[in-house]
Amino acid sequence: MSQLLTVSKPRRNTELLLLVLALAMSAMANGLVNLNLGRSFDNDFYIQIAILTVLSVGFHVVLRFKAKYADPVMLPVVVALNGLGLAVIHRLDIASGDTAGTRQWMWTSLAAIAAIAVVWFLRDHRILRRYTYISLLASVILLILPLVPGISAGNVNGATVWIAIGPFTFQPGEIAKITLAMFFAGYLSSNRDLILLAGKKIGPLQLPRAQDLAPMIVAWLASVGVLVFQRDLGTSILFFGLFMVMIYVATSRISWIFIGLALIAVGGVAAYQLFPHVTRRIDVWVHALNPEYIGAAGGSFQVVEGLFGLANGGLMGTGFGQGSPDNVPLANSDMIIASIGEELGLVGLFAVISLYALFIARGFRAALGTRDAFGKLLAVGLSFAFALQCFVIIGGVTRLIPLTGLTTPFLAAGGSSLLANWIILALLLKISDAARRPIDVSAMPPSSETPPTIEPTQKEVPAP
Amino acid sequence: MNQAIRNSWIVAIALFALLFGSISYVQFFAVDSLNANPNNNRQLEMNFCGNRGPILVDGQAIAESVATKTDCKFQRKYNDPLLYAGLTGFFSKYSGQYGVESAMKDELTGTSDSALFDRIAQAFTGAQPQGRSVELTVDSKIQKLAYDSIPDGIGGSIVVMNPKTGAIIAMVSKPSYDTNLLATHNKADFDESMASLVGIPGINLFGSSAYKQLYAPGSVFKIIDTAAALESGKYKKDSILPNPAQLTFPGIEYTLPNYANGQCYTQDKASFAFALENSCNTPFASIALDLGQDAITAQAEKFGFNDNSLTLPDSVVGSRFPGSEGKLDAPALAQSAIGQRDVLSTPLEIAMMTAAIANGGKQMAPNLVQTVRTPELKTVSSLKPEVLRQSTTPEIAAQITDWMVSVVDNGIASAAAVPGVEVAGKTGTAELGDGLNNSWFTGFAPANDPEVVVTIVMPEVDVATGAQFTSPNASKLFKAVLKK
Repeated sequence: MSQLLTVSKPRRNTELLLLVLALAMSAMANGLVNLNLGRSFDNDFYIQIAILTVLSVGFHVVLRFKAKYADPVMLPVVVALNGLGLAVIHRLDIASGDTAGTRQWMWTSLAAIAAIAVVWFLRDHRILRRYTYISLLASVILLILPLVPGISAGNVNGATVWIAIGPFTFQPGEIAKITLAMFFAGYLSSNRDLILLAGKKIGPLQLPRAQDLAPMIVAWLASVGVLVFQRDLGTSILFFGLFMVMIYVATSRISWIFIGLALIAVGGVAAYQLFPHVTRRIDVWVHALNPEYIGAAGGSFQVVEGLFGLANGGLMGTGFGQGSPDNVPLANSDMIIASIGEELGLVGLFAVISLYALFIARGFRAALGTRDAFGKLLAVGLSFAFALQCFVIIGGVTRLIPLTGLTTPFLAAGGSSLLANWIILALLLKISDAARRPIDVSAMPPSSETPPTIEPTQKEVPAP
Repeated sequence: MNQAIRNSWIVAIALFALLFGSISYVQFFAVDSLNANPNNNRQLEMNFCGNRGPILVDGQAIAESVATKTDCKFQRKYNDPLLYAGLTGFFSKYSGQYGVESAMKDELTGTSDSALFDRIAQAFTGAQPQGRSVELTVDSKIQKLAYDSIPDGIGGSIVVMNPKTGAIIAMVSKPSYDTNLLATHNKADFDESMASLVGIPGINLFGSSAYKQLYAPGSVFKIIDTAAALESGKYKKDSILPNPAQLTFPGIEYTLPNYANGQCYTQDKASFAFALENSCNTPFASIALDLGQDAITAQAEKFGFNDNSLTLPDSVVGSRFPGSEGKLDAPALAQSAIGQRDVLSTPLEIAMMTAAIANGGKQMAPNLVQTVRTPELKTVSSLKPEVLRQSTTPEIAAQITDWMVSVVDNGIASAAAVPGVEVAGKTGTAELGDGLNNSWFTGFAPANDPEVVVTIVMPEVDVATGAQFTSPNASKLFKAVLKK
């Protein structure tokens, strides 16, 4: 198994320093909102900053004990993003009289605690490989839940992706993203040799055997199923992208990409032809600035208002509290990027996207560094899905692609998304810990499954 | 496997590169077009609560932003709103911007391109952005006199302008209204005011009727027929025109009668002077039939008809004389040539036509804005008189001036005379049926060195009312401007 040369230093002090910066930025963002909107620095402000500090420092301390060699950059990046999100949601609450901010604080606490628990109790990420098929089952159940009468929250903003239990609403698809990644990682790390070596070769393309194609067909069907039954184009793209990148990394065969793209093309054309809501989405995207589409129900009002907000912000932004981000429907969730872009400008948005890029780069770095195929696949899957999610939602808001309702990780108001993404953080931290830890064979847990696979030797290049 | 991971990473970074690109596009390259999008009311909302520069007349603010204690930091306040409603227009969060408020919005908010350096300086000094002041060309005394000379309950418009510079000295119309009612921050108040104001007959909420409303011009249009006749070369200043009591058309039942009030019926041939002095219809209808529609259209356009691009700086509604797209049959052409039927004009256009005659055939661009100044009173721009077009030759203009002088001296506009000053004028009475007319006067003084043009229209009045409030009021305004 190829390895990158990594100097095994814990770098926890670096993390602490970065955390202080991230917390200071969050406090200042929240403070600026209060200042600019004429709010006093009441108890809520100090309590909330204290909670965020306790959670981040607590997480940091747990990492010192439980994952000493974990990546030092990821946690501060997440704290900065989450803190900024809280400030923006608070700012929008002041404009609209909503209380989304309070809920977001609760969910942030819960999600951070869940992530700390993952780091604490998950001794080694390879243990998750034992639950490959349980993950598949969990994914299927999570995806079906929103369609089950009684707990389904019905059609919300055009998609059936919510469940409601009592006063709580939840988007199980967010968690399914993790369980699906776990399943694919487990399945592919166990079966990659079969997929790799069997099958016919036509020209440069190594075609897989029919039975090896089965999981890809399953993934394709799952994506289409989500699209058809839940009317959720964004999640559908996300799941399929997740699977494609994982099978590509598992096999290093470019042929999978062509097969996958062919399936996407077929699925895309069919969806455009068959499903009116997909046709409508595309039409609205193409004609977004046409007054007829702006005014129409289910038209482009939301995305166009977002664009107007972004344009109003321009290069430097209006400053917190000086713009009108609350003009945009769903300003604190789907459209939070437009809210940030309006008040913090192109400069602020570039900073946010750089933070995302940094997070993803560290995730890929963990995948490169870790020694087991399962860990590599899981880290790549989670990181790439994260990148794809950022691309689909931010690209949608900026009208690069049609707008679909995916959440903006760590920023958008919404509990399920926070919970899922903090758990992804915890998993990536665990994998990076394994990657950067000095090699100690005795630390390997006894594996009940296939022995570690042999990776063809490759030329080493510095990590990205 | 690691190579595949690196390739996937490259794809992820490529996706992010696309995001950087699309954000740069939206927040940098497309900013101007998105901000200018007609569906974007964000800019409006932003500067609705901002400190806009004042609109000034004689140094006094007729529109200013007053600080409030609410979230919306400034309230637009109009002083003497009835007098100036048609000029300032108004600025409403709920309905938009109109008049000077709209046309000069970039200067008033300080966001015009020329204010870029101010804004950069403000960003460093932390000063609140402040708009520029816009001083109008209007003379407040003449404006008041003109407004008061239109009787309440009847309505009408008056334009007073300088023919040599195009500067508007006064422009009023009635019924007017209190623009403060529509500038309110309260949506319910706005809705209520709007609902009651739109019901007032003859009102124009979005700019003065003097440049936003079209009327049949009646006999004042005969000035254009005369210019067309002389320019064609077929007619000379001493040509004798046919003046039958009525004009008949072969094969058509319609007949065009001569003007009933005056001396027209006394002779069946007429000189230009006689035809203009008594405002006879048949001589001018005959000229139009003789020259043809194209000649009349061309002449009307040389005086400013069919021009939809004129600004004051607020956009002026284009006056209309049918051109190639609307071929007129003989009766229609005959009627249009005497300012009825298919010809429509704003009062401003008639003033501009008159100003072109007064200014030796040279038509100046009308303008309402004298000076734009920064908050530090530095002049940014000031009115530069601009020739709009050559409407006719100086000789023809001088000849028409002579005839217009005799209309006041010997003809039906005698009430417009000012003792000691030679006044040139022309009246018009466009028949609307049921005994109602658009009653017009347009003229200038002094005839030998014109300083002021006055155009008055009283729409939908009877002949007596029209005569009472057009020419006599013109005389008053001439006196006031010339200080006689």
